[in-house]
Amino acid sequence: MAPIVSVSNLSKTYASGFKALKGVSLDIEQGEILALLGPNGAGKTTLISIICGIVNPSGGTVTVGGHDVVRDFRETRAMIGLVPQELTTDAFETVWNTVTFSRGLHGKKPNPAHIEKVLKDLSLWDKKDNMLRELSGGMKRRVLIAKALSHEPRVLFLDEPTAGVDVNLRKSMWDVVEKLRASGVTIILTTHYIEEAEEIADRIGVINGGEILLVEDKAALMSKLGRKQLRVDLAHPLDDVPDVLSSYNLTLEGDGHCLIYDYDTSAERTGITTLLAALAEAGIRLKDISTRQSSLEDIFVEIVGAGR
Amino acid sequence: MNIEAIKSIYFFEMARTRRTLLQSVVSPVISTSLYFIVFGAAIGGRIQEIDGVSYGAFITPGLMMLTLLTQCIGNGSFGIYFPKFTGTIYEVLSSPVSMVEIVLGYVGAAATKGLMIGTIILLTASLFVDLTIAHPFVMVFFFVLTAISFSLFGFIIGIWAKDFEQLNLIPMLVIPPLVFLGGSFYSVKMLPPFWQAVSHFNPVLYLISGFRWSFFEVSDVNPIFSAVIILAFLTICMSVLAWIFRTGYRLRN
Repeated sequence: MAPIVSVSNLSKTYASGFKALKGVSLDIEQGEILALLGPNGAGKTTLISIICGIVNPSGGTVTVGGHDVVRDFRETRAMIGLVPQELTTDAFETVWNTVTFSRGLHGKKPNPAHIEKVLKDLSLWDKKDNMLRELSGGMKRRVLIAKALSHEPRVLFLDEPTAGVDVNLRKSMWDVVEKLRASGVTIILTTHYIEEAEEIADRIGVINGGEILLVEDKAALMSKLGRKQLRVDLAHPLDDVPDVLSSYNLTLEGDGHCLIYDYDTSAERTGITTLLAALAEAGIRLKDISTRQSSLEDIFVEIVGAGR
Repeated sequence: MNIEAIKSIYFFEMARTRRTLLQSVVSPVISTSLYFIVFGAAIGGRIQEIDGVSYGAFITPGLMMLTLLTQCIGNGSFGIYFPKFTGTIYEVLSSPVSMVEIVLGYVGAAATKGLMIGTIILLTASLFVDLTIAHPFVMVFFFVLTAISFSLFGFIIGIWAKDFEQLNLIPMLVIPPLVFLGGSFYSVKMLPPFWQAVSHFNPVLYLISGFRWSFFEVSDVNPIFSAVIILAFLTICMSVLAWIFRTGYRLRN
């Protein structure tokens, strides 16, 4: 199937001379959840802003549903819902009016039943007549999501949707995202919380310095770049790793109380059995053993660090 | 054409007028009444008539223009500046709306509000003085075109302004002197020849004069000139906006 969003060699240089994007290419598949990770200033928001039409590109092309975002902006923008990073709301409007306004702006005829459903899904129904300035930050965030969903988009951009949002709200927000995905909506989210991406994304894109460093299926990324560590706590501390164990590339930590062994779970032999036998043979007594899987965060830090 | 979007922007803007009804409607009525008391009753006692028109009636078109210009610039600029200031402009920029549709929504609402208030002033004035409109169609022509072109002008200011000070600069510092010195409360023929000549460089003189002609058939300049000036101003505003849309100036980076 053709990608729903296709970014090709996209570049953006701001008037100040700052190069926010340097030839970014990226395909987003229909119905997937893509998490875009990157440090502050990596170019995430610029990329989203160009796709949504807020920022003009300096070079390259973007298509949404096969339409060019500049030439056929009516078709592409009608398909897109955007939840911006900043909590920007019309303070003196009611929840109902602001969400209805968003639907009209996208050229859709009024549909109170749809707006009601969106507000109920986001637990905003009892606040529908409240002015936005009366709402808490988390509520305002939900209103922004409701606005983005008011015109039934096929592609939803969530730019840092959970910044400053409490745990319960975050959970209910992900429930909504899951429902949307189930209904065929493509979701692109940027987040600082890597564990979130790990939890809900199908694919992970890492962007830094205006360049896409990688886009990979989450499971593949985790198994390719994720390592496992075996930690062996020793009964008696060691000064050095004994020579007989040198082939295992062990590192000594915790003032000699702990040996760390990196291994690859996908390898034919992990080497754990032979290592434990070698430890016993060398007369090293063990107190405890544990294993640890490297997280997406470790992988992210490694990729971004290597790119610098 | 995204009619739904134009309607949405238009009614969203008009809703703000409803919310600020007291400030929007009552305040111009009070200030107009004050003008009539000060200028009409106090000064009008000394200046009986200008060009055969009673002084109170003579100043009515000028008062309407003063309010129309200030209101249209104020509403046109605030309507687009406020979303820029709060950041909600992202939504308009990311919707399937062309710049022409954005202008129709915002400027349409600003002009409507200006026309409403202008009409209220006309009605208020008619409580104080006897008013006849000699050429109603010409009056509507000047009234509507002035509202549209100055709302467009306000819209441009709203896009240009980077802060509230810039936003208020032209409506507060430039427009009032132009209106006061443009013959709102006197005929420029009453001025010494030098100041008469200077006044002819003031574009607002032509608007007020043409508008006044539609009421009383008296004017400081030929009403045809007035029509040309307002049409020229409208063309200039539309050209500047066309450039803004093409370049994305201060809207799209």
